[in-house]
Amino acid sequence: MLNNFWSWFAILLTIGSILACWWLLHWTKGISNREDDEVGDTGHVWDEDIRELNNPLPRWWLHLFNITIVFALIYLVLFPGLGNLAGVLGWTQEKRYEDEIAAAEAAEAAIFSDYLAMAPEALINDDQAMATGRRLFGQNCAMCHGSDGRGAYGFPNLTDDEWQWGAGHDNILFAINNGRQAAMPPWEAALGDEGVMQVTEYVMKLSGHRATETLARVGEEKYAMFCVACHGADGKGNPALGAPDLTNDAWLYRGDRDTIAEAIRNGRNGNMPAFGEQLSEERRRILAAYVLSLSEGAQAD
Amino acid sequence: MTYNDKVVRQFAVATVLWGIVGMLVGVLIAAQMWIPALNFDVPWLSYGRLRPLHTNAVIFAFGGSALFATSLYVVQRTCHVRLISDGLAAFVFWGWQLIILCAAITLPLGITQSKEYAELEWWIDIMIVVVWVAYAVLYFGTIIKRRVSHIYVANWFYAAYIITIAILHIFNNLSIPVSFTKSYPIYSGAVDAMVQWWYGHNAVGFFLTAGFLGMMYYFVPKQAERPIYSYRLSIVHFWALIAIYMWAGPHHLHYTSLPDWLQSLGMVFSLILLAPSWGGMINGIMTLSGAWHKLRTDPILKFMIVALSFYGMSTFEGPMMSIKTVNALSHYTDWTIGHVHSGALGWVAMMTIGSLYCLIPRLVGKKAMYSTPAIDLHFWISTIGVVLYIASMWIAGVMQGLMWRAFNDDGTLTYSFIETIAATKPYYAIRLLGGLLFFSGMLVMAWNTWKTMKGGDTSEVKAAEPAYWGSEAEGAQA
Repeated sequence: MLNNFWSWFAILLTIGSILACWWLLHWTKGISNREDDEVGDTGHVWDEDIRELNNPLPRWWLHLFNITIVFALIYLVLFPGLGNLAGVLGWTQEKRYEDEIAAAEAAEAAIFSDYLAMAPEALINDDQAMATGRRLFGQNCAMCHGSDGRGAYGFPNLTDDEWQWGAGHDNILFAINNGRQAAMPPWEAALGDEGVMQVTEYVMKLSGHRATETLARVGEEKYAMFCVACHGADGKGNPALGAPDLTNDAWLYRGDRDTIAEAIRNGRNGNMPAFGEQLSEERRRILAAYVLSLSEGAQAD
Repeated sequence: MTYNDKVVRQFAVATVLWGIVGMLVGVLIAAQMWIPALNFDVPWLSYGRLRPLHTNAVIFAFGGSALFATSLYVVQRTCHVRLISDGLAAFVFWGWQLIILCAAITLPLGITQSKEYAELEWWIDIMIVVVWVAYAVLYFGTIIKRRVSHIYVANWFYAAYIITIAILHIFNNLSIPVSFTKSYPIYSGAVDAMVQWWYGHNAVGFFLTAGFLGMMYYFVPKQAERPIYSYRLSIVHFWALIAIYMWAGPHHLHYTSLPDWLQSLGMVFSLILLAPSWGGMINGIMTLSGAWHKLRTDPILKFMIVALSFYGMSTFEGPMMSIKTVNALSHYTDWTIGHVHSGALGWVAMMTIGSLYCLIPRLVGKKAMYSTPAIDLHFWISTIGVVLYIASMWIAGVMQGLMWRAFNDDGTLTYSFIETIAATKPYYAIRLLGGLLFFSGMLVMAWNTWKTMKGGDTSEVKAAEPAYWGSEAEGAQA
């Protein structure tokens, strides 16, 4: 809100500027006269041959100018435009947004009300719910997980059956509602360059890859000191912490030696945003069911 | 007394050169929109860095050089005096080239203020102020020394552009430097946005419109050998144009956190701007009435008439797009890019090209350009190029706007964003073709300019004596 002074300053400047245009058209009337039979000239000449005639303003152009002036004044009376004056219609962009959202929600309520009571399995078998799920996924999830749900570097594949935070509908819904924050600390300071190499070899071995045995043996000892708390003694991970299983050769950040070493050296911070406040509960439930259907579909293949 | 045409010649050549460079960068980023891999994963070839290089090069290097060349030519010819200082003229030329060079180095390095059309960092901004003030002293000093009492209308527009650009540039770039390569604006939030678009829209209004109207007011009557249609119309549309343009900036910020009342002002003043804008088009086109037959034989006039037509079209399109209901569809789409290029290629570049074809032979003591068929070829290549460009962007823009707002019954969007990109891809290819055509026209121009200037007579031209015509001549005789 402007204070009173600036509000009136803006009002007077606005109206003054619009009226000045109208005044300009009248003030210049004396320069050219429509009633003259002959088109006058100004008598000016520059650079030997540049001269000026003095034709009257085209009538259609004058009308156009006047119409826009009148339109502007009417618009400013109807809509907010003159300082703090609200405008006769009481229109604001916030109100327009709220009205449209309310209308849309009312229209959609009929479609979504049935879904709230449906179990995940029922939602998966409901073609219309899954069509909605695919669109919601495309608009909210696909930018990270890919439009086919297969993920990308740093973004989990949702179509395999590996679940870093635990399998099942409820875990998926929890992730959608609250997001996920995965944090692996950096170990370079504690392990040193050599230690990082050794642990990397052990992790390679854990996931069934060829590894240099001598290094891996030392790595195992260091693993037992630093990594075991989250990834477990057997390397199977801990869904409660989002600590990945290191034995299944399914990798969020690729499974090559360099990438694994990079994770050990610098740590990882995975972050999925929470959708609890962005999407209604029905929509979140449909999404959870849809994501579940992605991995079940993959299993059926 | 003679005229200083050396600085005009320098700026005229710079115009052609920077036109080629700026448009080549434009062609490259248009190609990247079509095939993103064309940035070759090289940071300084990436779209985000080359796009400001393109806009700065075509607006300030190409358009700027054209404005310097023509304004310094016109002010001497219509005041019947030499520029007040040859040293100052040389300073303006070399200072501006240095600024362009700094821009061409810093922008690809990613050094930017992140303000559209005001990307250059604080120390380059200061250089611009210094050169611009020198330019203003040179220009207005020459006006003051004039040997005719009336100031010709072209000079009103050049004067308005010089004064206003100084004000816009200084206030929009007020910032606090924290290092050689970084500064922060003194404005924040919606105020920053408002100042930016007050600047941004008036850079269009005064740099690309008022300045080029000044060009039009000299070179159209000169080339057509016809008097200006209406003195009264020039007065009315000049004052209305410069007063109203100032208000139109908020239309760039419809449906944002800018307060409603400012958005409304941006819209209604943009609509009022329609008639004053068209005043310039009418005065230009009607000046040709009685000389229409020349269009058959003179491709330079064809450039000018098409430029005026595109000017009329884009100044109609602009007010329409500022209407909130239309803007809700057009904003953030490629329609805006099409609109800008119908102004930038159709109006600014074509008026510049026409004026330069009129100007260049005069600068080297020749009657005409080396090859008139080459001008004709250039005309057709550029016209087809502009039409392909803006038609493809219209279709792409309206399509994007409609796809983005399409809803399903369940409230989800009908199209994901990537689908709108995929649908736009063919139009990006057509746009690239249009840009490529326009760019090749500039190469034809460069060849023609080279052939014309080679071996030209660059000895200084004697200043013309003031003369009288019509009613004033009769008065002088009595």
